Amino acid sequence: MIRIKRAHVLLAALAAALCVPAAGVSSGNGLPTTIGKGEGQLNLVAWEGYTQPQWVKPFTKATGCKVNAKYAGSSDEMVTLMRSGGGSQYDMVSASGDASLRLIYGKDVQPVNVNLIPDWKNFIPALKSPPHNTVGGQHYGISLQWGPNTLLYNTKKVTPVPTSWSAIYSPRFKGKVTVPDNPIQIADAALYLSKSQPALGIKDPYELNQNQFNAAVALLKAQKPLIKKYWALASDEIDLFKNGDAIIGATWPYQTNTLIAAKVPVKDLIPKEGATGWADTWMLSAKAKHPNCAYMWLKWVSTPNVQAQQAIYFGETPANPKACPIMNQLAAGSAAQYHCGASAAYFRSIKFWKTPVADCGNGQKNCMDYTQWQQAWTQLKG
Amino acid sequence: MSAINPELGAPDRPLRAARLRISGFFWRHRWAKAVLLLAPPLLAFGFVYLASLGALFISSFWTVDPFTTEIKHIWNIDNYRTIWDSGAYRSIALRTIGIAAAVTFTDALLAFPLGYFMARIASGRSRTFLFVAVLLPLWSSYLIRVYIWRLILNEDGVMNWTLGKVGLPHLHLAYTNWAVWIVFSYVWLPFMILPVFGALERVPHSLIEASRDLGAGGFQTFRRVVLPLALPGVIAGSIFTFSLTLGDYVTPLLAGGRPGTQFIGNVVYSSVGISNNVPFAAAFASIPLAVMAAYLLIARRLGAFEAM
Repeated sequence: MIRIKRAHVLLAALAAALCVPAAGVSSGNGLPTTIGKGEGQLNLVAWEGYTQPQWVKPFTKATGCKVNAKYAGSSDEMVTLMRSGGGSQYDMVSASGDASLRLIYGKDVQPVNVNLIPDWKNFIPALKSPPHNTVGGQHYGISLQWGPNTLLYNTKKVTPVPTSWSAIYSPRFKGKVTVPDNPIQIADAALYLSKSQPALGIKDPYELNQNQFNAAVALLKAQKPLIKKYWALASDEIDLFKNGDAIIGATWPYQTNTLIAAKVPVKDLIPKEGATGWADTWMLSAKAKHPNCAYMWLKWVSTPNVQAQQAIYFGETPANPKACPIMNQLAAGSAAQYHCGASAAYFRSIKFWKTPVADCGNGQKNCMDYTQWQQAWTQLKG
Repeated sequence: MSAINPELGAPDRPLRAARLRISGFFWRHRWAKAVLLLAPPLLAFGFVYLASLGALFISSFWTVDPFTTEIKHIWNIDNYRTIWDSGAYRSIALRTIGIAAAVTFTDALLAFPLGYFMARIASGRSRTFLFVAVLLPLWSSYLIRVYIWRLILNEDGVMNWTLGKVGLPHLHLAYTNWAVWIVFSYVWLPFMILPVFGALERVPHSLIEASRDLGAGGFQTFRRVVLPLALPGVIAGSIFTFSLTLGDYVTPLLAGGRPGTQFIGNVVYSSVGISNNVPFAAAFASIPLAVMAAYLLIARRLGAFEAM
C-alpha cells in the first residue's frame, strides 16, 4: 500500500513538474510568483473605449500577445459573457463593482498575485484592496479606473445650466431625455430621492427596502413619457445627441468626450445631489487560457503612461496617481478635470456601483435583491 | 492461371458482385432505401431541433439563484406565473403579436398589386427588372437596412427634412412603435411578394377568360376568381412575415427604444444575455412557439402549404 501511495505521489510530482514549465507559471500558495512566456493571445471582455489601439498596439508589440476584445453594454452582460462557453472563452474582464462580487462568489474569477504588478504599490489606498475586488485577503484582480455617472446636456438647447438630477425627471424636456437601459439606473433614482425626499430614509442607493424601492420605481415610471430612448450602447447615446433626438440625459464621460470631439455642443457635470459611479477592476477568469499574457496586461495597464492615456480617452480617474502629471502633459488641466489623485473625501462622495443583495448589512434581510431590480426594470420599460 | 479470366477482368469481379448484391438488396427492400435516404436529415432534425426545443421547454421549469445567477434544478412553474401575473409581460406579448399581425397585413396590401403586376401584366424584361429590385435589398445586411431607417426617421432625419421643405409639421416617429412597424414592413416585404407572385402566376388565364365570358366585370372577376386562387399565396407569405416579426429583437432594439417598445425577443435577449436567467427566457419563448403552432394549423386549413 505504502509503495503504491509513494508511486502516486511521485507520479503527481512528475506531472506537476512537467506542467509547471509548460504553463510558465510556478506556484507556491496557488498564486503564480513569476510571469512566464506569453501565449501570443489575450481575450478580453471590456467596456467600450477600454481597449484603444493607442495602448493596445504597443502592448502587442512589446509582449507578442494579440488582444481580442469584446465590448459589453452592461455589467450583467459582462457576467454572462464570462460564464459563456464554460468560462474559458475569455481571459479577463474589466468588471465594475456591481459585477465583481458576483464573479468572485460565482467562482468565475481567480485570485491574482499583486506582487507581480509593480505599480500596484502606487495605487491610491482606497483602491489597493477595495471590498469589491478583495475578499478574505485575496485579491481577485487589479483596480483600474473609476469615475462618476454624469448629467449630459446640450448647451444650446438646455439653459440655464442644470444643477440637479431633477432635470431628467421634470417634464420640461419631455421627449428629449435619455438614460441608460440598465437596472442599476434604479440606484440613480434612489440617489436623487435620498436628497429630494429625505423622509424615505434612503442611506445607500443600492440597499433599498420595499418602500424605498417602490418610490424609486415610481419615479422612473413617471419619467417614462419623457424618455426618447433607453440607450443600450454608448454609441446609441452619441447618435441621439448628434441627431438632436435627445438634449439631456445620464451618461458616462466617454460619450461627452466623443461628442465634444465631434463638435456637438454638449457638456456634462455632477449635479448637487452627487452621482453614482463605477470603480473597475481587471479580473482574471478562473479558466483563463492565456494567464501569462493576462499578467503582462495587468502590468501594462497599471503603468502611469497607460493609466493616463486611458483616463483621458474615457474621461475617468486613474487608480495610479503617478499618472496625474502625465495626464497634464497629454492634455493641460486634465488631471484636475478628472480628479486625478483626488482626496479620499471626494472618492467617498461617489456612490459606487455594487450588486444589490437581500442582506443589506443592517442585520435585517429586507433589501431588494438584484433579480427584483432586473425584473422591475424590464417591466418598467414595458 | 486458373484464377484469371481475361475477359471479365478478374480484380473487378468481387467488387462488382458486391455492388450488385447491394443494389439487389435495395431493389428487394424499398423501405431500406427510404431509411438510408432520410436518416441523416431526420436525425439532424430530431437531435438538433426537437431536442433543443425539448431542452428549452424543460429548462423553463427551473429557476436561477438571484446572486450568482446560476441555474438551480428545482421544478416549479414560477416563471409562467410571473409572466401571467405581470401586466408588463402580458402587454409585451400582446404588442409583439399585434405588430406582427399589422406588419403581415401591411405587407399583404403592398405585395398584392406588385405581385399581380409582375405575374400578369409585366413583360419579360420589366419582370426581370422587378424581380431584381425586390431581391436586391436581401443582398445587403439586415442591420444596414435597419440603421438606414434610423437615419430616415430620426429627429433631424430625411423624413423631417422633407416634411419641413414642403411646409408640413415634423413627425416624432423615431424610436416609437410606429418606427418598429415601418421598419419591419420594409425588411420583410420581399418574403411576401415572392409567394404572392407565385400564386398569381399559377392562376390559369382560361379561368379569367371564362369569368369574363360569363359576364363578370373586372372587379367581380378579381374578387371571385383571382383573389380566392391567390389567397393561399398570401397566407404562405404571411407565415414568413408573421413568424419573422414574432421572433425578431434587433429591429425593436435599434428602431425602437422608447418606453413600451420591447418585444418578446428583447425580454428573452435581456433575460439570457444580460441577467443570465435562461429558465425565464425559455418560459417567455414558449409564447411565440404556441402562437406559431396555432397559426400554422389555421394556415394549413386555408391551403397555404399547397402554395409554397
